[in-house]
Amino acid sequence: MSKQLILALSKGRILEETLPLLADAGVEPAEDFGKSRKLLFDTNLPDVKLVVIRAVDVPTYVQLGAADVGVAGKDTLLEHGAEGLYEPLDLEISRCKLMTAGVVGAQPTHARRRVATKFVNVARRYYARQGIQAEVIKLYGAMELAPLMNLADEIVDIVDTGNTLRANGMEPRELIDEVSSRLVVNKASMTMKHERLKPLIERLGRAVESRRGETQA
Amino acid sequence: MTIADRWLLPDGMDEVLPPQATRMEQLRRALLDLYDRWGYDLVIPPTVEFLDSLLTGTGTDLDLQTFKLTDQLSGRMMGASADVTPQVARMDAHSLKRNGPARLCYCTTVLRAKADQHQGGRSPTQVGVELFGHAGLDADIEVLRLALTGLEVAGAGETHLALSHIGIYRALVHAAALNAESEYALFEAIERKAFNDVDALVARDVRDPALAEMLQTLPRLYGGQEVLDQAREVFAGAPPAVAAALDELQALCRAVTANHLQAEVYIDLAELRGYQYHTGMVFAAYVPGYGQALAKGGRYDDTGRAFGRARPATGFSMDLKLLASLIESGPRGDAIWAPADDRATLTQAIADLRAAGERVIQALPGQRVGPREQRCDRQLVETNGEWRVEPLA
Repeated sequence: MSKQLILALSKGRILEETLPLLADAGVEPAEDFGKSRKLLFDTNLPDVKLVVIRAVDVPTYVQLGAADVGVAGKDTLLEHGAEGLYEPLDLEISRCKLMTAGVVGAQPTHARRRVATKFVNVARRYYARQGIQAEVIKLYGAMELAPLMNLADEIVDIVDTGNTLRANGMEPRELIDEVSSRLVVNKASMTMKHERLKPLIERLGRAVESRRGETQA
Repeated sequence: MTIADRWLLPDGMDEVLPPQATRMEQLRRALLDLYDRWGYDLVIPPTVEFLDSLLTGTGTDLDLQTFKLTDQLSGRMMGASADVTPQVARMDAHSLKRNGPARLCYCTTVLRAKADQHQGGRSPTQVGVELFGHAGLDADIEVLRLALTGLEVAGAGETHLALSHIGIYRALVHAAALNAESEYALFEAIERKAFNDVDALVARDVRDPALAEMLQTLPRLYGGQEVLDQAREVFAGAPPAVAAALDELQALCRAVTANHLQAEVYIDLAELRGYQYHTGMVFAAYVPGYGQALAKGGRYDDTGRAFGRARPATGFSMDLKLLASLIESGPRGDAIWAPADDRATLTQAIADLRAAGERVIQALPGQRVGPREQRCDRQLVETNGEWRVEPLA
């Protein structure tokens, strides 16, 4: 690990909302992500590089020290476990809710509630806390289909507007956690590169605050 | 099982091959010699012992890390040692019962039921020291300096030493008198350095405004040694234990900067590793290129109470396998080749060379592999009835 900083960013919506914050903090990609098939990007700063990877991979990259810093959704961090990571900033972007949902009006009948989700660990912990025996079924997408096809009684998923749920005759039920994107930092990097990381965290913190001011005004 | 599967090792179990095994053994000897010169006696803890004694006062993490088996003789549960420290504490409290300070060191391969997140393997070789029976700062300084010296011996260049003191958070949270649930939530948020979460929890649960500010600032106190000065200001009105902890950290910094030029100090007052058993300073040493600490240590007073003798203690441990990878040593290529010949003059010549510390490889009859493949750079050649070492032709 040289003194260069590697930032791991989550592909998709989180990336779009992260870049303006990074720009406010003085880090800008040297080329347009959209037009490139590259995975490792230079920035305007010579010793800062960006990797753009799937959101679920960001905690792993940062935890194992392949990247020093990352931006990941709280949902991903809850599912992956944040052991060995610092999570200094709530970037207050890509907000949504992690919720349970089911078919409107339908009461779960099975003694063991069948729950379809890609957030297997989150679901297991949540239902255990509620004192409910849950049988967790791992799916990779289209959660809303599972209760309709009688594959599951409930689902655990990210809810943004709730439109997909309603379109499929479902309703959001219990809130598990509020989700937004977080800045995560590798512990060893923090120890060895604090002189670079501390100012970056502070600048990002200020960028978040000034954006919060704008939305309120 | 197919034949192809028979070579497969369980997850996280590794075999060490030459030349890395040689490197590990050289390093093991060098470190144990170093500890011996500093006055530390070697102990060899048992590989397996009763679970009751293995898991005293260590918290649930170690329980999950321990492989368990039943003793068919006594019907009791046994565990394979996953961490040498509690075993050495028992040896100090129960088996040795020395008066005054006891200095002990060890080098043992332990087993872990779960590989750690850094894929460090499930059979690390733990090497380290414990210093029992002295509650003062000087014992901490000695242990910290020995850890850094060990890293130098292992070939670490630039080293980053992360220092913290459990006493600061403990005193603040004690003064805040939180219930168990809020205390756990706060602990967890501080450990993650999640500033926003800490702020929210403190605002919700801590009534005293001065204390609230101190707890909110705590996770933000990280960086170079200037952090200690900031902390003095922030914690001016804190319980006296906080100022005492800062004094200790200052003294530790001085000892490190005076004696270990290659070590750069990083202070993180919110580092709470091993909060369940650590009671004073904690440290971890990092080396560039490694995403995890190479040495971890700290003070854990009150150890041995479960064995009838509470003793102050401080120490550190390192993973020998990881340390050995600091220097990539190539295979040795400096052996002397001797022909397959059973004359007494040759036997004597070989014995003399070996006694002088040379590595001599004697060919076996019918051997087709030559001296170069056996990594020799010289050979024994007979001229006029006398055996001489000559360069390989």
